[in-house]
Amino acid sequence: MTSARTLYEKVWSRHVVVAETEATPGVMYVDLHLVHEVTSPQAFTEIEARGRTVRRPDRTFATLDHSTPTLPAVDGERPYVTAEARSQVERLEANCARHGIDLAGWGSPDRGVVHVMGPELGLTQPGMTVVCGDSHTATHGAFGALAFGIGTSEVGHVLATQCLLQRRSRTMRVTVDGTLAPGVSGKDVALAVIAELGFGGGTGFVIEYAGQAVRSLDMEGRMTLCNMSIEAGARAGMIAPDAVTIDWLRGRKHVPHGAAYEALATEWLALASDAGAVFDQEIVLDGSAIRPMATWGTTPDAGAPIGSPVPQPRSDSDRKALAYMGFEAGGTTTTQAVDVVFIGSCTNGRLPDLRAAAEVLRGRKVDPRVRMLVVPGSEAVRRDAEAEGLHHVFTEAGAEWRIPGCSMCIAMNGDVVGPGQLAVSTSNRNFEGRQGKGARTILASPATAAASAIAGVLTDPRVYLGEVVDA
Amino acid sequence: MEPLKTLTSHTLVLTQANIDTDQIIPARFLTTTETTGLGAKAFYDWRYEADGSPRPEAVLNRIDPAAHRILVAGDNFGCGSSREHAPWALHDYGFRAVVSTSIADIFTSNALKNGLLPVVVDQATWDDLVAHPEQAVTIDLEANELRRGNHAPVPFAVEPFARQCLLDGVDTLGWLLNHTPAIEAFEHARTTEIA
Ligand code: SF4
Repeated sequence: MTSARTLYEKVWSRHVVVAETEATPGVMYVDLHLVHEVTSPQAFTEIEARGRTVRRPDRTFATLDHSTPTLPAVDGERPYVTAEARSQVERLEANCARHGIDLAGWGSPDRGVVHVMGPELGLTQPGMTVVCGDSHTATHGAFGALAFGIGTSEVGHVLATQCLLQRRSRTMRVTVDGTLAPGVSGKDVALAVIAELGFGGGTGFVIEYAGQAVRSLDMEGRMTLCNMSIEAGARAGMIAPDAVTIDWLRGRKHVPHGAAYEALATEWLALASDAGAVFDQEIVLDGSAIRPMATWGTTPDAGAPIGSPVPQPRSDSDRKALAYMGFEAGGTTTTQAVDVVFIGSCTNGRLPDLRAAAEVLRGRKVDPRVRMLVVPGSEAVRRDAEAEGLHHVFTEAGAEWRIPGCSMCIAMNGDVVGPGQLAVSTSNRNFEGRQGKGARTILASPATAAASAIAGVLTDPRVYLGEVVDA
Repeated sequence: MEPLKTLTSHTLVLTQANIDTDQIIPARFLTTTETTGLGAKAFYDWRYEADGSPRPEAVLNRIDPAAHRILVAGDNFGCGSSREHAPWALHDYGFRAVVSTSIADIFTSNALKNGLLPVVVDQATWDDLVAHPEQAVTIDLEANELRRGNHAPVPFAVEPFARQCLLDGVDTLGWLLNHTPAIEAFEHARTTEIA
């Protein structure tokens, strides 16, 4: 019997309103509910049909991101892909106005992809429970929050009660030891972890990421890692708050200032898993062995170091994936012409991501056969990037510089990869058709995406970074 | 929500593993603000050509959904996004149960809230179901077992609360709302703790 507790257990136990029993799940309190236009309209309809209001509009924040155009308005007209997309946005605007919910809408300096915006504004804080009708809500776990995606019915539950029915999860610790090699980013770590766990390997677990390689990541890299937890089936990924976390959040819009902040910070540091805390499963990876990664199949776990041969299929699904992607077992993924490069999304649309891509692109040109789209994750990222002149680096290289949104990550706003086209994308899913019907997606880091845009084929970014390529 | 107690139907088999929510309902159909009518969009890119003409070879275009309430699918079914549009689409198409060797977490939770029962079975049972498509299968939620032909019944587990809600045809929001006093007390205790 040990009293040592994990980070997850500490956060969970602070939010139990009604304890679970064998017959009934527990009632879990939600500190922060993030809302966007795609998964919320039916939830508002549902609670209104029951004559309910939003219990805590002050703990609910909304943004427009999924179906929003990334080209600016012309003569005041937003170029929505369909009238339905426009009406979905208008529904959220009306719902927020009616229920007194803060919306980072058009014209707001805060608007951004929901998982970029929350942390940036300091809405996301260590020890909180954070939910959103979006499976990449795990992103916020990088701050030591318990954050996960919910369905639309549950969005309605949280709107009406600020609570969710939940059972305690099993826990898994993924320790990535060692020092990451130069040119290896949080995205490469994420793809390596998912390749290790397998696509469903995290199902039923909350993952805590630990180890020197994880600690060495900046907050943005940690968010990238936690973001992709769902791609191993885990509902949430978490990292214990440390000095990096506290420095990153200090001074942000929604955190307290001065002494109150420092007092809070002391509490946050105490959230770390106790020495001797027991996890249901432990996985250890050698971080120093991770190389720039890219996927070869149609699931995010089908990843391998760039330049390594495509593995032999182990199942019919693998064979189908290879046929869809047009790759051959034993062959290479680095010789096929790339048609589209996408840099953006809640996985890799933050300032350090854009800097990493710009570092590779500076003074170089995108292959004329490649269409490259750079979409900042939020208005704040756009402002900061433009202040550094990064947008000039992109446009001078031949890329398009867009306004914030999910864009080609989910391809529901009109930004799509064409049928049969091959894309190198910094987003999180390479499913068949994810970026457009028939589109073929390679997932990779921002530096890899930029290198591939220059070369016109999937390329290890270290080629352009003056590093030794040993893969 | 319609109650679901016992269901007997022919199976439709899709053996592919990792059928993700983008296959079940492509993202471009998520601009709807309704929960209904999505059956026409279920597995859309499997069923229709780029120009919208139906693919005659697509099994989902050939069967009578009313006679095929049970979908048998490959491992890790429903992985990917949290979109509840996926179970809405499957239910609207006609399915009432999905049988696989594993089913993604969020999909499971969404499906149970919409009268679509996720059933996880062992590999041998799954292999047999796949080897005999179109057979009549009974899924008995009251007994928590799957029965077919003269095979021994196969037990399956469903989270007990969600199971009861499905058996009774009630949704969970009402139950959660009954806890309002506890929620108020929790919020009150917290404010005093912070102050
Ligand atoms: S960027 Fe992609 S993964 Fe992130 S919230 Fe938008 S659609 Fe979801």
